Amino acid sequence: MSEIDDQALDAYIKAAAGALDIPLEDAWMPAIRTNLAISLRIAGSFADFELPDESEPAPVFEA
Amino acid sequence: MEAYSTAAEIAEAIAQGRASATAVTEAALARIEKHDGVLNAFTTVTAERARAKARAVDAARAAGQALGPLAGVPFAVKNLFDVAGIPTRAGSKINREHAPASKDAPLIERLEGAGAILLGALNMGEYAYDFTGENVHDGPSRNPHDTGRMTGGSSGGSGGAVAGGLVPLALGSDTNGSIRVPSSFCGLFGLKPTYGRLTRARTFPFVASLDHLGPLARSARDLALAYDAMQGPDAEDPVCTTRAPEPALPSLGAGVDGLRIAVAGGYFERGAGVEALSALARVAKALGASARIELPEAARARAAAFVITTSEGGALHLDRLRTRAGDFDPATRDRLISGAMVPGALVVKAQKFRRWYREQVLKLFERYDAILAPATPMTAPKLGQQTMMLDGVEVPLRANIGIFTQPISFIGLPVVCVPVPLQPLPIGVQIIAAPWREDVALRIAHHLEAEQAVKAPRPPL
Repeated sequence: MSEIDDQALDAYIKAAAGALDIPLEDAWMPAIRTNLAISLRIAGSFADFELPDESEPAPVFEA
Repeated sequence: MEAYSTAAEIAEAIAQGRASATAVTEAALARIEKHDGVLNAFTTVTAERARAKARAVDAARAAGQALGPLAGVPFAVKNLFDVAGIPTRAGSKINREHAPASKDAPLIERLEGAGAILLGALNMGEYAYDFTGENVHDGPSRNPHDTGRMTGGSSGGSGGAVAGGLVPLALGSDTNGSIRVPSSFCGLFGLKPTYGRLTRARTFPFVASLDHLGPLARSARDLALAYDAMQGPDAEDPVCTTRAPEPALPSLGAGVDGLRIAVAGGYFERGAGVEALSALARVAKALGASARIELPEAARARAAAFVITTSEGGALHLDRLRTRAGDFDPATRDRLISGAMVPGALVVKAQKFRRWYREQVLKLFERYDAILAPATPMTAPKLGQQTMMLDGVEVPLRANIGIFTQPISFIGLPVVCVPVPLQPLPIGVQIIAAPWREDVALRIAHHLEAEQAVKAPRPPL
């Protein structure tokens, strides 16, 4: 995955907060940005890991 | 009984009439009164309930009735377990406004069914999203070995209460390491069973696809006693296994002959401090474990656990983030809000990776019965500490406490964390077994204890 810059991340956070109906305060933004940047960077380590299309996610639901 | 008696010693003394449950309970309550002002392990002490239960145990013995295997043993639970009559706060400010729980959690019922006596609910990191044992609402739980240091979390009060000799047994939860981290920092034995082994009904969740419950104690035998008492199916928890109970006590003293034990290298050595490596070497030597193996893609496994955790945590708390954001610990709030915004595609990929990783690791258990790994990279940090030195580099502390526990709980493997009594502070080693083989990990832990390679040290209280 490619890196996302702070400006784009802030726009994403504000849009997502609107979509999820989470009220944001400006003072929270730096910490939320830092946390989300860490999550996305960490996710990058497995996001590009090749798995077959047929691979099943771990949780199993029994009907 | 003296303060650091094990559950097994207490139960035996009561069964033989050398001690009464009432006397043991009063002694534990007095010790809580004396030390908990500093340790801050308890958030609620259920003194009257405990006294009533103790009287019932003593009356049963006087009447010649059979006593359970934990008769008269005091215990306490992380405050995310439902305790009848108390709101289940889960370390939060918000949840303490909930109505009191109407019933106890099944694991409390099962321990009490074996004769144990509940003394109260224990401090924890807010909503279990924590490795430190610090809590902005209730204050930090403090490590009995050095009260200026962390207990580890999120089952911080569970670690502090047992290490401080307030109770011989406590229950905690472990999503990414929250039983094993406080066991390591507080010098205790901790069992994180196989995912799905013990019912989680009537406990406040964190990450449904990763949550486990289990005991912390001062000996492997006490873990086995509690674990055996708590096993069994429960339709209230859809993840709970329908397997019949598989008691660990019968084989506890079987020794380690014939067991193939390897040491996890690679990822599990690179991030470890000198104490962690020293403890690992001591345990490996005591077991004659010389084979080194590598868990494939452990770093990616830890990453996937991290992403599933933040996403599911954010989803769980979404309504509260909308309406009560100001009542969270700000550090928890900001992580949960960002977690709610992690793209779903990444979470599904993490769950797909989880299945792949599980298959790779299970292949290792065709060759080995158990794998040893450090529990934490470091001994207990100071309260409030933000960074740590690792390989000469300053790194964020909180993000690194769970690096060795996360890749294991990610695929639900059973683990016993054993305490190596280094000076000045203890540190834990993980004994990791194949799914549903808690008995193997407990047997190894018991052997190490008999060989005096591991021990729950007494703190200078």
